[in-house]
Amino acid sequence: MRNSPSPRSPVISAKSSPMVRLAAIAAFLAGSAWMAQAGEAQNSEALKRLVHHDCGSCHGLTLKGGLGPDLRPQTLEHYEVDGLAAVILDGIPGTAMPPWRPLITSDTANWIAQYLLKPETK
Amino acid sequence: MKSLILGFVASLLVFAAQAESTATGDLGLIIERATGSVLLVDQSERAVVTRIEGLGDLSHASLVYSPDERFAYVFGRDGGLTKVDIVARKIVNRIIQAGNSIGGAISDNGRLVAVSNYEPGGVRVFDADTLELVADIPTGSKTIGLVDAPGRKFVFTMWDTGETWIADMSGKAPEIIKIEDMGANPYDALITGNGRTYITGLFGEDGMTALDLWDKTPKPIRVLPGYGRGQEKLPVYKMPHLEGWALAGREFVLPAVGHHEVLWVDADELIETGRTPTHGQPVFAMARPDGRQVWVNFAHPLNDTIQVIDSVTKKIIHQFKPGPAVLHMEFTPRGHEVWISVRDANKVMIYDTHTFEKLQEIDADSPSGIFFTARAHKTGL
Repeated sequence: MRNSPSPRSPVISAKSSPMVRLAAIAAFLAGSAWMAQAGEAQNSEALKRLVHHDCGSCHGLTLKGGLGPDLRPQTLEHYEVDGLAAVILDGIPGTAMPPWRPLITSDTANWIAQYLLKPETK
Repeated sequence: MKSLILGFVASLLVFAAQAESTATGDLGLIIERATGSVLLVDQSERAVVTRIEGLGDLSHASLVYSPDERFAYVFGRDGGLTKVDIVARKIVNRIIQAGNSIGGAISDNGRLVAVSNYEPGGVRVFDADTLELVADIPTGSKTIGLVDAPGRKFVFTMWDTGETWIADMSGKAPEIIKIEDMGANPYDALITGNGRTYITGLFGEDGMTALDLWDKTPKPIRVLPGYGRGQEKLPVYKMPHLEGWALAGREFVLPAVGHHEVLWVDADELIETGRTPTHGQPVFAMARPDGRQVWVNFAHPLNDTIQVIDSVTKKIIHQFKPGPAVLHMEFTPRGHEVWISVRDANKVMIYDTHTFEKLQEIDADSPSGIFFTARAHKTGL
């Protein structure tokens, strides 16, 4: 992530009203979406880093599982790319898997799903 | 004359031996999570002493110290338990004790090291000298929030079943007290420095659950049971962590889950005394050792920022961006400085906690947890 444009975090003051905070979050999300589209091709290293470090905070740096389940290809083989991308975008209600739609585009989710299913192709 | 020379040589040897000895009281270790190494650091010099390699998968790694501050027991995600000699600056023992582990603790007398595991779920207890297995306590669940408690006890909690167990290791075989109904999906726990109160944070429901360990048969005490009711939860992109240092004055400071705020709870009455809205989902809310300030870092994607809260007014008095992916903070034992790991900058930053001035940057490869040896003398750390 070091060499790529990183999403600029909104500075939301603790004193901001809920509307101001909402607006700041919306602006931030728009920025993230732009980032994801603009840089996707050259950002595969950054996306791999996201998968291993940030998905990895629950699923483990090597994706073999932690508080969240094992995400290695042999464990996920019953998933299609679309289905897995949908889980990434919308999360699994009632579990600790959050919806990533606020932070990434569906293209990025598809990329991540393909990477999880067939890491060697990325 | 001969004896005079011999005496002189002997005193030279004694001097040489003294010159080689290492004082460990202001040393520490920093986890380099991606490379399976730790940095031995000198807190007073604000510098790296050396790098020790070969510790396996250190994502989400933590460690505890022996009472003499010579040995560190490092708990790796891959189930590795590594004993590091910080005087000899090398690994002296290493075992793979499970498939997937999450943290550990050392008994009050320093003789036993316990590890909590996701796979197979449970706790394993090892001899601190030899790392030989002393007790295997399967729980049938991912096991979190393992801490040491006074009297050779370990306390830990089950993510899947919502039980807390107290294992008394003072006899030949572990004696276990099981407490049910701690709440849905406890994600971490802390014990207060006096070893009396154990608090679990809950992911599956709002609020937390406390146990009074001075009670012979502790009962779950719901803390903030109605917290967050009627408000939609925000997504949690990283689970918060609870650490024993979150006691500021008479109050606990705890990260909320799915709400961007920290919660203040009276340590004796276990009732809410306030909330402070924060920049994002808090991960660590850590009180400076004197309790006057609380430093908070945040979950992805707002993890480049730190906020500092005054514990008297409960207001944010300082906000800054150390860099991308702030993962952990460790105060010097008296709190005058704080070390902050900034994973994606590959740096550890050192700040003065009174002026907030940056004092030093240290190069580190994907740094995460920072652990100073003074933890050796604290219950729950």
